[in-house]
Amino acid sequence: MSALNSAMLLALLPELLVLALMGLVLVVDLAGWVQGRKLGWLTLAGLALIVLVSVTTVVPDAAGSVVWGTTLKHDALSFVFRMLFLIAAALTIFFVLDVPALGDRGAFYLLLLASVLGLMLMAMANDIVMLFLAMETATIPLYVLAGFFTGRRESVEAGFKYLLFGALASGFMLYGLSLLYGFAGGEVEFAALAQGLAHTDAPLWAVLGALMIVLAGFAFKVAAVPFHFWAPDVYQGAPTPIAAFLSTASKAAGFALLVRVALVAFPATTLPWWGAALAAMAAATMTLGNLLALTQTDLKRLLAYSSIGHAGYILMGVVAATKLGLTAVVFYLLVYLLTNLAAFGIVAVLERSTGTTAAAQLAGLYKRSPWLTLATLAAFLSLAGVPPFAGFVAKVWVFMAAVEAHLEWLAVIAVLNSIVGIYYYLVVLKVAYEYDPPADAPAIRVSQPVVWALTALAVFIVVAGVAFGPWFHWGEWAAMALFH
Amino acid sequence: MNLPLLSLIIFLPIVAGTVMLLWPSASRDTIRRLALVTATITFLLSVWVYIGYDFTAGGYQFVEKYSWLPNLGIAYHVGVDGMSAPLVLLTGVVIFTGTLISWNIDRPREFFGLLYILATGVFGVFAALDLFTLFFMYEVAVFPMYLLIVIWGWEKTREYAGMKLTLYLLVGSVLALVGGLAMVFAARANLGYLTFDLLELEKAGLSVAFQRFWFPVVFFGFAVLGGIFPVHNWSPDGHVAAPTAVSMFHAGVLMKLGAFAALRVGVMLMPEGAKFHLPWIIFLTLVNVVYGAFIASVQQDFKYVIGFSSVSHMGLVIMGIATLNHDGLLGSGVQMFSHGVMTALFFAVVGMVYDRTHTRHIPSLGGMMKKLPWAGVAFIIAGLTSMGMPGFSGFIAEFPIFMGVWRYEPWIAIVAAISIVVTASYVLRVAHKVFFGPVPEAFQDIPDINIFDRVALVTLVFFLVGIGVFPHIMVPWIESGVNYVLTILGGA
Repeated sequence: MSALNSAMLLALLPELLVLALMGLVLVVDLAGWVQGRKLGWLTLAGLALIVLVSVTTVVPDAAGSVVWGTTLKHDALSFVFRMLFLIAAALTIFFVLDVPALGDRGAFYLLLLASVLGLMLMAMANDIVMLFLAMETATIPLYVLAGFFTGRRESVEAGFKYLLFGALASGFMLYGLSLLYGFAGGEVEFAALAQGLAHTDAPLWAVLGALMIVLAGFAFKVAAVPFHFWAPDVYQGAPTPIAAFLSTASKAAGFALLVRVALVAFPATTLPWWGAALAAMAAATMTLGNLLALTQTDLKRLLAYSSIGHAGYILMGVVAATKLGLTAVVFYLLVYLLTNLAAFGIVAVLERSTGTTAAAQLAGLYKRSPWLTLATLAAFLSLAGVPPFAGFVAKVWVFMAAVEAHLEWLAVIAVLNSIVGIYYYLVVLKVAYEYDPPADAPAIRVSQPVVWALTALAVFIVVAGVAFGPWFHWGEWAAMALFH
Repeated sequence: MNLPLLSLIIFLPIVAGTVMLLWPSASRDTIRRLALVTATITFLLSVWVYIGYDFTAGGYQFVEKYSWLPNLGIAYHVGVDGMSAPLVLLTGVVIFTGTLISWNIDRPREFFGLLYILATGVFGVFAALDLFTLFFMYEVAVFPMYLLIVIWGWEKTREYAGMKLTLYLLVGSVLALVGGLAMVFAARANLGYLTFDLLELEKAGLSVAFQRFWFPVVFFGFAVLGGIFPVHNWSPDGHVAAPTAVSMFHAGVLMKLGAFAALRVGVMLMPEGAKFHLPWIIFLTLVNVVYGAFIASVQQDFKYVIGFSSVSHMGLVIMGIATLNHDGLLGSGVQMFSHGVMTALFFAVVGMVYDRTHTRHIPSLGGMMKKLPWAGVAFIIAGLTSMGMPGFSGFIAEFPIFMGVWRYEPWIAIVAAISIVVTASYVLRVAHKVFFGPVPEAFQDIPDINIFDRVALVTLVFFLVGIGVFPHIMVPWIESGVNYVLTILGGA
């Protein structure tokens, strides 16, 4: 490893700042200088500062650079996702602030920041060692966060379930990676790995087998069929804001890493095979996710299955593996991340006010809280892919990418799935808009931070759905990093 | 013209609608006044677009083009031609009259808010000269429709019918979207760049094999909304379940959206595909025309009669398009406008009767001419129009369609003409049972319609009679649009 220099430190500045923020939170919490939800405000201020510093000083050039030996890639793709994770964490904190036994605990903020640090490193990982380390750094705090409500059986169960499935997937992934390492002749860096695999003596079936095992590990991260089983149970049991973070930032990090590994670490000659495998996985994921969402009566489970469906659409862009395809993936993740955070935020409000997350609790929402009803309209229609909300254009881009790559069959499956999706999202809106509230319906109480966060998200959903140019260029900038 | 007239007409409704939705504290009267002002301005603007269109010059006018996403060749590009200018007017007429007859609606804030968002989508599709803009606006029109039906619709079937309608239309539109995307990439192979512009796609020279493969997907994708057999059956259910203004809007305007988009995107971008496939598609429209009329004639529910008559009349529209000749297309163009106004009038009258009697069962009604004379006269005028009686716009529309079909294949015209007789029989039966005879005991004290309703009825009747007596206030517009379509068909 080369000597420490300023370029290396600058490239890693956001992560170092997150680390510093973790230290700060830990110290002030332990010393008792700042307590309760003020810790949340402190963390928020820290995150805002980090984003501000990053976008003013850390922006990479178009080609990007490899730093810290071969371990990390500082390029547009990683930068865009790192900023997204910071924003996702900040929004999660807005939803957490007023949740008792969560928003007032220093440990929560510490674990969240640790996870964010891992996610950011995932987006930057440039060799298989960092890949694995970053993934574990991101996931282990999430196991704890999912089980954070130790007094609630569902929460503990969610934490354990996530841990067991996650550990298994990690084991798989590590096994696949070690095989690839061996086949490639001892290479760890992604590009060198692809080179090594292209000239390996190992039979093709063995290499492909190892690739499939690695893909299985990714499938677990992004909750793609058939490795999706953990998602509904974990989302339902975990504290709602944690489920929001899990289903958005954690999933997006999985995709950020997947596109890099698929395009850089897998030799180009294997594309037909892993492409076919991912195409089949995309079709199965969107179909199963959407169909199972149809029968859900609990909003968290509904969103869990819908997020499985969305993983299927995003995989379609990965399969296309073109500039448009990857641009579409980044754009979709950006929109999905912010929309799904809004949707979970709404569910969190409902849970706080009524004590449950059953969809039936939305009855008569238009009378109980017109403002929240509008936010629900924007979030759910965006997830459904209806214009003028951002989800529509996001879907159009992935469909376009599939058609461009001559995957018309996959595009047809996807559009039909989007109709299934529209069905269950509309049913939710129907409950909110059509039904009268029950006589004993509890009042909907929305705390001020949640109002700010949801309003900002709803505005974004509309703005990005109409003025999609800047966001598209952003996605293109990120995607192009893989083609340099 | 410097004033962005089309953008004004497209975005005024959605801005007004959004303001209403975001203004929870506004009183009922404030909202209604805002709605009336919006609807009136929109109506006047649509009249302005229509009159301002210079049909001697032809082509696309009031054109506006702003780049939206140049990387993918997407632009906000709008303009009207002789085919779409009357449809813009139609939308203006229906939004205005629909607002008037919904004056006493429950929850007006959400009702008008959603209705105007819908209107924006409809105006956008009619004016779109860019495929992306067209799909965007098309989808904008769909979701408010669902909520409008399930919230204000008929309790018994609204959830079922609203969802059925939404899913049918969306399945069609997303399949058309895949076809549209395939078209864009096929055009890129010939043009060398990516574009969604309809005028450039027309000239892209898509291969015959490509057109023959994708034409049915795109054409049917849109024709679902046009109510083509065998994917028509969302339409009667949807129209019956919907509240009156929404039925007017749906049967009057949205079904034209389907037929229009099938023409604009299907036929005009893939003329070779159209020539190959329309000869069998015309048989489906024949089923629409005849079967729709027969089914309408056995209905006991007042509103279902009108619902199925729409299926029959929209069949004529698509049949006229399918002939691909001058007369057929001309008739279709006029029929789109004429049927739109006529069916809006029908649904308005049905709504007025139902609101007062709370039944749509035809045998239970009677003598409404004494109680609601304005509605009765309006119904008879709409009925005469639907029979194709000279002096009303239906004649101006249907006569050329039959001429076009006769040129194409005489026996189809003969079979289709059965529908005229059947239509006459069911219209007369319904008019007789509902409006004449003794007034049933229960309905002795029903109030007459208010001034808003009367203005709406008179406006609608004005167009039916006006075009019937002075066809040249509409035919030259359509003629200029048809000529353009014919150059594409001939030149391909």
